[in-house]
Amino acid sequence: MCNTAEVIIVGSGVIGCAAAYYLAKQGVSVLVLERDQSIGNGGSSRNGGGVRQSGRDPRELPLAMYAVEHMWPKLSEELEIDVEYHKQGNLRLGKTERHMEILQGLTERAAACGLDVHMIDGAEVRKINPYLSDEVIGASWCATDGHANPLLTTLGYYRKARALGVRFCTEEEVVAIQKIRGKARRIITAKAVYEGETIIVAAGYESRAIASTVGIDIPMRKELIEALVTEAEPKMFAQMLGTADADFYGHQTDHGSFVFGGASGMESVNKDNGNMAVSSITAPCICRGIMKYIPKLADAKIVRTWAGYEDLCIDGVPVISSVEEVPGLILACAFTGHGFGISPVVGKLLSQMALGEETFLDIREFRYDRFQAAI
Amino acid sequence: MQHINDRAIAPGTFIPEPDDDRIICRCEEVTKGEIRRAVHEGMYTITEIRRYLRTGMGLCQGQTCARLVKGIVAKELGISPAELIPATSRAPMRPVEMKVLAKEEGRHV
Repeated sequence: MCNTAEVIIVGSGVIGCAAAYYLAKQGVSVLVLERDQSIGNGGSSRNGGGVRQSGRDPRELPLAMYAVEHMWPKLSEELEIDVEYHKQGNLRLGKTERHMEILQGLTERAAACGLDVHMIDGAEVRKINPYLSDEVIGASWCATDGHANPLLTTLGYYRKARALGVRFCTEEEVVAIQKIRGKARRIITAKAVYEGETIIVAAGYESRAIASTVGIDIPMRKELIEALVTEAEPKMFAQMLGTADADFYGHQTDHGSFVFGGASGMESVNKDNGNMAVSSITAPCICRGIMKYIPKLADAKIVRTWAGYEDLCIDGVPVISSVEEVPGLILACAFTGHGFGISPVVGKLLSQMALGEETFLDIREFRYDRFQAAI
Repeated sequence: MQHINDRAIAPGTFIPEPDDDRIICRCEEVTKGEIRRAVHEGMYTITEIRRYLRTGMGLCQGQTCARLVKGIVAKELGISPAELIPATSRAPMRPVEMKVLAKEEGRHV
């Protein structure tokens, strides 16, 4: 089979699959290369499913607001799969005065960007979600936030892109990008050589090593964080929950199970075993966090725990950028744990960039060359 | 493994079978027909099938249906079940109440 395409995408996560779909929809030939055997086996299948605008960096907020207003509500219809999107609000909870200060700051910055988010007191919080304990003294409330199913969103984009003729090859680990006549064109994998007019690198943390083969470095690191899921419970609440203290975040899925993510605080010094194994201390820590906020869940049974890498950018927002020194190369990485909620809009922006069109949103804040030394 | 890795190589057309409505994953109530159809929609690995349909994601974590699902997927792809990597086993081994898992020495819950 032919090893060339107009656009080659490295990485079959939700970003790569979405970009492939929006390009294929316009009749562009696309090839997606995935290192793993399964599609979307990185953060795309391991995140908590948040579709949030609140709590985001102001630079990233326009992308999230666009996705929530124009893309998420129609995504199930577009992909012909129920992505379980619910726009029923996000409560970011506080238990102490210090928490309330953090929430106040986040809320003011987001409201200044035009987001409808405001502070509410403990009584109002419990009116929205009666299961929250009296320890919660207030929250920030954004009614247009929500959540979706990241597994079905990723595989939904994949299925639709594949049906439109996108070629997906798994277990194809990219070793290097090569320039031909000054332009990124050739991709060398362990098994084969591919050629494309445009190359989009959307491979999470691994994007760093791949981009470095053409002399570009993105200042990011990876951190292994964890999540857990309970057995199916009767329907309790529809909001996405988070906390000022970042002890946990999560929601109840359509299936009835609760998906919660969290951290032990040891993440930055975790022993990296390279295979995303969970640590024995993290899930118990997440459980202790959850039970303080939602005492009723103490009896819910944990069915499964898992871990996944975040690709953390030094300044907390992603790189979504063409590269001037390497024409033909587009980077989409370092999403810093916020990638899922903005994946539809990023996929669409990448399709425009690959076609050489003006993007419909300003993406200058996400340039690859914005990073500077301290002095 | 090229036949699994190149997703453009399709396993032929979906032909309905008389026992397609048989339940294979009892916890999540997934039928044989749903599993076969998922293969034709591009889900070629056990991990993808699991995320797409929830097979083996219920209370027993696939301890009952894992081998059956593998056999159905392999047959649909025209390969040996031995070529399919099983889904990752996840802790805890049995469902555990949050209040129990939360207990650690020296911690008050």
